[in-house]
Amino acid sequence: MTAISLSEAHGRNRAQKVAMVVMLAVLLAAPFFVYPYFLMQALCFALLACAFNLLVGYVGLLSFGHAMFMGTGAYICAHLAQARGVPVEFAIPAGMLVAALVGVVAGALSIRRQGIYFSMTTLALSQLIYFLALELPFTHGEDGIQPVPQTKIFGGLLDLGHPLQIYYFVLVIFFAGFLLIYRVINSPFGEVLKSIRENEPRAISLGYKVDQYKLMAFVLSATLAGLAGATKALVVQNASLSDVYWTTSGEIVLMTLVGGMGTIFGPVIGAFIVSAMQVYLSGLGQWVTVIQGVIFVTCVLAFRRGIVGEIAAKFGLNL
Amino acid sequence: MPTIFGMPPQVLFGQLSLGLINGSFYALLSLGLAVIFGMLNIVNFAHGAVYMMGAFCAYFLLNGIDLPIPWWMAGHFSLMNIHFGSHLSFWWALLLAPIIVGAIGMFLQRVLIARIAGLDHIYGLLLTFGLAAILQGLFQNQFGSSGLPYEIPDGLSGGHNLGFMFLPNYRAFVVGASIVVCFATWFVIERTKLGSYLRAATENPSLVRAFGINVPLMITLTYGFGVALAAFAGVLAAPIYQVRPLMGADLIIVVFAVVVIGGMGSILGSIVTGFGLGIVEGLTKVYYPQASGIVVFVIMAIVLLIKPTGLFGRAA
Repeated sequence: MTAISLSEAHGRNRAQKVAMVVMLAVLLAAPFFVYPYFLMQALCFALLACAFNLLVGYVGLLSFGHAMFMGTGAYICAHLAQARGVPVEFAIPAGMLVAALVGVVAGALSIRRQGIYFSMTTLALSQLIYFLALELPFTHGEDGIQPVPQTKIFGGLLDLGHPLQIYYFVLVIFFAGFLLIYRVINSPFGEVLKSIRENEPRAISLGYKVDQYKLMAFVLSATLAGLAGATKALVVQNASLSDVYWTTSGEIVLMTLVGGMGTIFGPVIGAFIVSAMQVYLSGLGQWVTVIQGVIFVTCVLAFRRGIVGEIAAKFGLNL
Repeated sequence: MPTIFGMPPQVLFGQLSLGLINGSFYALLSLGLAVIFGMLNIVNFAHGAVYMMGAFCAYFLLNGIDLPIPWWMAGHFSLMNIHFGSHLSFWWALLLAPIIVGAIGMFLQRVLIARIAGLDHIYGLLLTFGLAAILQGLFQNQFGSSGLPYEIPDGLSGGHNLGFMFLPNYRAFVVGASIVVCFATWFVIERTKLGSYLRAATENPSLVRAFGINVPLMITLTYGFGVALAAFAGVLAAPIYQVRPLMGADLIIVVFAVVVIGGMGSILGSIVTGFGLGIVEGLTKVYYPQASGIVVFVIMAIVLLIKPTGLFGRAA
């Protein structure tokens, strides 16, 4: 790494701020041009991909099991809201909290191994959660939980049955999560995470308790993934087995890879591209799987920085 | 009627023999993963897909194959299904399917996987995940998601009554064949000159290359061999589980857990762990069936707590 002068660092930061304003403006205007329910799903996946990217892009930990946090968030939220009549504004945080607890356990186990073993461990643990979702009584097995009610919340202030109101509710959740990740990445804590990614033994020798940092990043990522899952359960009004299945974990990886691992805006772009593919190519059946596989292979062979990463490298920006 | 811990022996030993069969597949697959990982430094996510291809290969060799051939007729471009007849028995499939699928694997290694040599581990995982998606998607398009039947070969139908259980001949054959192949692999790698080159190239490829040994060729052959092991397991599985495009997709995740439990550093470790976990899974099916899907993952979690390097692993 070359040293960056202060003014240069300032310029890079400005590019990020401009990009963020553009992103927010686009997302605020989007529901007037695009079907809001597509946008909301894409936003949930965008938050999920950003949470995943916090691990793979900034700590170098490739989790192949992030569907377990999304699914946990979705199932808990859907169960509380549908079967127990808990108001959505409490069901979503509850889903997030349980996902965080799953994250503590899964994280503590999987960071005991490194590299590819870490990836295999997360994949296996998520399959464990999948089997639980299949067997436990409250999840209703193959049927899943539905419908999650879209009611009035905050004492009638916000009507989630209204397409625009629920859209902006989801946008606020997404943007809060996005800002949190942005803040974490640019904090001293984030700098330590990056140093672990670059050279773990050196970080250890400098006295950092690497495992604690990894675990904190893992739990934070799991929590936000749970938030995304709980919000998605509200948007699509159900929680189903596909939320916890490994194919979903693969799609999260694909989104981040396409957009750019280790970039701030890449996962958002990637999530919108992959979600759009699922909607517009759904008539092609299993060819979607083939196309996704081809994109995986192409990205890894020719395009490792992803869309945003390539643009950023071309113009010398830090996006 | 005598029972063992409250279970009739027929049920217990029936599930145990099924467990041993699953264990054979775990052992063959994790062995292939370990061999490939040692040499190429990648975890082959496509391993479940090549296992499936082995089973399909056996099916094609027996029933022939319809291939869509691009066709130009009356100014139109179209695909025409042409049937290539074949009627080769299980025994031919057991020999030919690993060779054919191994050759496909070597081709993929040369044109795709070789390009990411030396990059971070995660790219190997991502690339082979993409390959698995392509292969499984293609087969799903052609054959749907339901299974195709494959008969137990003539010479191995029926079974023997051992007094305490009825043992189908084919199950005994699968376990026996797997053990033979596993130990042949162990012997070649640990006890022959070729194996010593392989182990040396795993430790220090550039030094072995300096001695005039063609390491890139060895890498390709190793990948082909690992893939062939998976295809062999696929052929063995065809008569027991039906031939399905996704038959390897869930299996590979269990095999990953097996690999985390055993560690990929030891050939014998892979074999022992594979068979052992198959048996444990079979026992769970008898005594607590609800947990049979998760028992391997739970064991993985326990092993990670007690011995993070895996049962046979060395510290990194």
